[in-house]
Amino acid sequence: MATILEESGFSPDRKLKIVGTNPVKHDGLDKVTGRAKFGADFFLPGMLVGKILRSPHPHAVIKSIDTSAAAALPGVKAVITRDDFPDLPKGTPGGDLTRNVIAREKVLYEGHVVAAVAATSESIAKKALKLIKVDYEPLPHVIDPAEAMKPDAPILHDHLRTKGVKDGGDKPTNVVERLDLAMGNVDKGFAEADVIVEQEFDSKPMHQGYIEPQGCVATCTEDGQVWLWCCTQAPFVYRDRLSQLLKLDASKICVQQSELGGGFGGKTGFYGEPLAIVLSRKAKRPVKIVLTRAEVFRGTGPVSATKSRIKMGVTKDGKITAAEAELIFQTGAFTGSMFVNAPQAMFTRYNLENVKTVSYEVVSNRPKVNSFRAPCVPQIVFGVEGVINELARKIGMDPIDLRLRNAATEGYKTIYGDVFGPIGFVETLEAAKKSDHYTSPKKPGTGRGVAAGFWFNRGGETSTSLNVAPDGSVTIITGTADVAGSRISISMMAAEELGVPVDKVRVNMADTHSLGFNRVTAGSRTTYSVGMTVVDSARQVIRELCRRAAGIWGVPEEGVVFEDGHCRPASSNVGEFEPLSVADIARKTTGSHGALVASTSMNVTGAGPGFGLHIVDVEVDKETGAAKVLRYTVVEDAGKAIHPLQVEGQYQGGAVQGIGWALNEEYIYGEDGKLQNPSFLDYRMPVASDVPMIDTEIVEVPNPRHPFGLRGVGEVPVVPTMAAIANAIGDAIGVRPRSLPMSPPKLLKLIEQTKQG
Amino acid sequence: MADLRYEAPETLGAAIALLADAKGPAKVLAGGTDVIVQMETDLIEPELLVDIKKIPELRQIKAEKGGFRVGAAVSGMDLVDHAAFAKAWPGVIDGVKLIGSIQVKGRASMGGNLCNASPAADSVPPLVAAGAVATVIGPKGTREVPVEQIPTGPGKTSLAKGEIVVSFFFPRRPPRSGDAYQRFTPRTEMDIAVVGVGIDLTLDKGGTCTAARVALGAVAPTVLLVKEAADALIGTTVDDAVLEKLAKACSAACKPIDDKRGTREFRIKIACVLAKRVAQQALERARQN
Amino acid sequence: MAKKYHVTTTVNGDEYEVLCEPQQTLLDVLRDELQLTGTKEGCATGDCGACSVMLDGELVCACLVLGVEADGKKVETIEGMGNEKELHPLQRNFLELNGLQCGICTPGILVAAKALLERNPDPTEMEVRYWLAGNLCRCTGYDKIIRSVLATAKEIRGGA
Repeated sequence: MATILEESGFSPDRKLKIVGTNPVKHDGLDKVTGRAKFGADFFLPGMLVGKILRSPHPHAVIKSIDTSAAAALPGVKAVITRDDFPDLPKGTPGGDLTRNVIAREKVLYEGHVVAAVAATSESIAKKALKLIKVDYEPLPHVIDPAEAMKPDAPILHDHLRTKGVKDGGDKPTNVVERLDLAMGNVDKGFAEADVIVEQEFDSKPMHQGYIEPQGCVATCTEDGQVWLWCCTQAPFVYRDRLSQLLKLDASKICVQQSELGGGFGGKTGFYGEPLAIVLSRKAKRPVKIVLTRAEVFRGTGPVSATKSRIKMGVTKDGKITAAEAELIFQTGAFTGSMFVNAPQAMFTRYNLENVKTVSYEVVSNRPKVNSFRAPCVPQIVFGVEGVINELARKIGMDPIDLRLRNAATEGYKTIYGDVFGPIGFVETLEAAKKSDHYTSPKKPGTGRGVAAGFWFNRGGETSTSLNVAPDGSVTIITGTADVAGSRISISMMAAEELGVPVDKVRVNMADTHSLGFNRVTAGSRTTYSVGMTVVDSARQVIRELCRRAAGIWGVPEEGVVFEDGHCRPASSNVGEFEPLSVADIARKTTGSHGALVASTSMNVTGAGPGFGLHIVDVEVDKETGAAKVLRYTVVEDAGKAIHPLQVEGQYQGGAVQGIGWALNEEYIYGEDGKLQNPSFLDYRMPVASDVPMIDTEIVEVPNPRHPFGLRGVGEVPVVPTMAAIANAIGDAIGVRPRSLPMSPPKLLKLIEQTKQG
Repeated sequence: MADLRYEAPETLGAAIALLADAKGPAKVLAGGTDVIVQMETDLIEPELLVDIKKIPELRQIKAEKGGFRVGAAVSGMDLVDHAAFAKAWPGVIDGVKLIGSIQVKGRASMGGNLCNASPAADSVPPLVAAGAVATVIGPKGTREVPVEQIPTGPGKTSLAKGEIVVSFFFPRRPPRSGDAYQRFTPRTEMDIAVVGVGIDLTLDKGGTCTAARVALGAVAPTVLLVKEAADALIGTTVDDAVLEKLAKACSAACKPIDDKRGTREFRIKIACVLAKRVAQQALERARQN
Repeated sequence: MAKKYHVTTTVNGDEYEVLCEPQQTLLDVLRDELQLTGTKEGCATGDCGACSVMLDGELVCACLVLGVEADGKKVETIEGMGNEKELHPLQRNFLELNGLQCGICTPGILVAAKALLERNPDPTEMEVRYWLAGNLCRCTGYDKIIRSVLATAKEIRGGA
């Protein structure tokens, strides 16, 4: 029998009762009453407060650490340093992992963890930190990635040699990897172009900006088992990395995810959690660690800063003939930027044949970066969609028309080897072109810009379980973290399949003991992948229901069909029997046959890419350089919007994150290598009065690999945002910015240069 | 270092005595929106906090001699909601409204804003432009101090040990007077001013400016009262040419620094732009009165 | 051991006696001493509004009030919103119009929005946005939050 991955059972004509509606989220009630429990909202009897000592230097050797005075302070129950963690060899993934959790030979960024204490109160823990004596030998530091690439730059890791470069030599370097990704022949392509545009762009690090700082409670048993409560996007990945880090069997580690107060990729790797576990083991009491906001900025992963050079050529009738890019990504103190996404995605929505990219990942004395939505892509698309805009302008073509002329369609083979199935880029562009926003005249004195985006969307390892209780209600447990409310969409898909009301279904986020491995919640994979496994389990249950109904009626299995939540005789030939509901069968047969349970574990494939087109109107105060977004429309293909209000929410949230990144968000470092703005006061995320309503249009070109045709929608909404805003600002002031963020002083300079030029 | 002590005296005399007798570092606690943040981020480690919110004179708004006496610890929201004061001094209200969010204004006070002595404090330029006078009471008695003389540098004031700013006196408004405050920030709210400008002016029946005060914030270690800028306005009908002179006088007076919120160059440019806009707004308000 | 202060305060109508250190904020007291975790810590410096509560009828950040300052005062938190029989219209509209995603900012936003509607039953969109400027949200882009508040205002006014 074909698996669900081979035959999803999708049908465009299926009559849907629940999917496509907007029931109230099941987790919503606890969230509006304050009862939902996030990382910091958990308490255990005897719990201690953990606090972390961090490096004040951006780069230094740790000569010694003396914790004796701290350990002697009344109320302090444990103090830990690098000596409390197994030494994993430098230059291995484990070696990097442990050194980011707690510094060993050197501190590599301001904020790098050096020690931690657990005490009976926060004030005692803070006093204890002050008593820890660390002898540092400061070293020269380097922050800017281009500076870090220079031959005389301070070196972070002596063992580092550039991957992907033949004859790289044996000299230590800060360049982790060079990646060449190409197809076709760009020289031939550029020769065919009538117009060529080549521009350089740069971006600063920004932070995911989740409102909830990381919080966790860890407790250990005498036989070495660990129980960890924490906010995370990746409970199973945490478990397996903790296992590696602490040299402890995975089956002895239980990670229970709490509600997550925002992640956006930033909570895919742990920070305080291993410290809480090791403190708890030493103190023999539970330990809670909650990061302060300043610690979140100084010690958790921001997003890569980048430098890019992008060159594209077009014929005068609008065919893009070649594209070339050279990209530099800053990864902070350790590798892990996922920069490969950029060369794979940056041009991938256009049916280009000739593409050449060279990308570099570079370490520098900043916190190790972590993912954000569409890691490493939006800040590169900022450049690509600007160049495309410029090509359109030079050949006198409407910007959406140029994109339509070159839009990828089903059958296109991408630079990373996949061939597109049915996709909705053309439909998205056409919908945008017809939209009220695009067809309304812009206000005088304002600027309008458009930009397009793409994201692969992922599947991945997923494991879920579904059971029907004797009363007919349905419990689902999932291990792929719910970060924004996918629970309701999962419930809806199960309810639709089983023909039961959505209120009869509940989805719970399980701990890591309860299910097989689940990949991190990332790549816009959750609703797609968990939907896939849950529907598969629902179908297994339906087959079992039919078997049991056949048994009850004494008829062959083929004589029973399942429709509308009921088992019925396939025809009157089979016999005259009243239909049996899911609840009926559960009640009647659980005693005799056992529980009605199904679980599905698979590496989910077939995720369909998503595409978007954003339209933005901005107004720029030409005397101060302040830009204001007046109107914003997101047009994006969701395949099938399981819960349309949720999908709109993803579009709107992504757009506003992009507005912040475009206009104001950046990490500001001093000459001393220290972060100057580790607070929400000076790390300027948009507030409610900064942005307008965000209009959305959901295009639905189904992905037939999924039972309901859906595509992930979490990441596409961020990809084109900064580019669209920059294109609009360019239209408003006559010069299109090439540096992020587009803050007032930078725009004012551009405006003045245009006046003079 | 001794542990922190908290006191909430109910009389001014008791508060002054506590501060005058303090052995270690002591702080006055009004709204707490600066002091508590500074404690949380380890910028200050006081040993004594003297909460002055139970002292009646510090929390009252009274009409006096045709003007107003406003307690130094009156919360921003209480001041914003005082209809008569808001009508007389909309520029001061502009500044108070920008101190922070609604939540912050529920606690923050003009006295705290002034004595915290941030060069970028939002209520200070319009307070200076208004010619407000602070009543300062301490162990040696009472003195009246023009508000611009209270801050002496970032985080520093001219107050002696044991002295508290008790209230601000705002003089009677002559007819055809108007004040205004605007600041430049990258976001619409929740930011520290990159530049702030407060202007108060009075017109005669013919529309000529007879009095003016121009105060600049965030462009020097303390708020600047710029006499040359005021002189550019006085005796004129504040036309475009005058506004240019005003802007030039402001840019000449600026002594800004480069920091994460703005460069020297940018601040000077913005000071000019804002000075003109604020003067125009004050002028509008003056004409309406 | 640091000296603690004896604080008597009323939270959501219930009287509590607490021992707290003077530098502990009202937020610390609510969460760590009273285990009322509905009020959230996002920054502890008054920049995000996740800890918004009412103190004697004034909307404030609990992280900007010391626990000792709450002595003798009335505190209202998210846990006191609505009652066991029904939700406050704001809570209900946020659910129906999907004005929340991860939910961490939601308690602070609901408390702040309730304060707005009690003061101004007919706010414009911009008035709502400026009132809520002290409440950061990173998930929703604010759109559905503003719509939920406006819909609630309309409903409370009688749909006019």
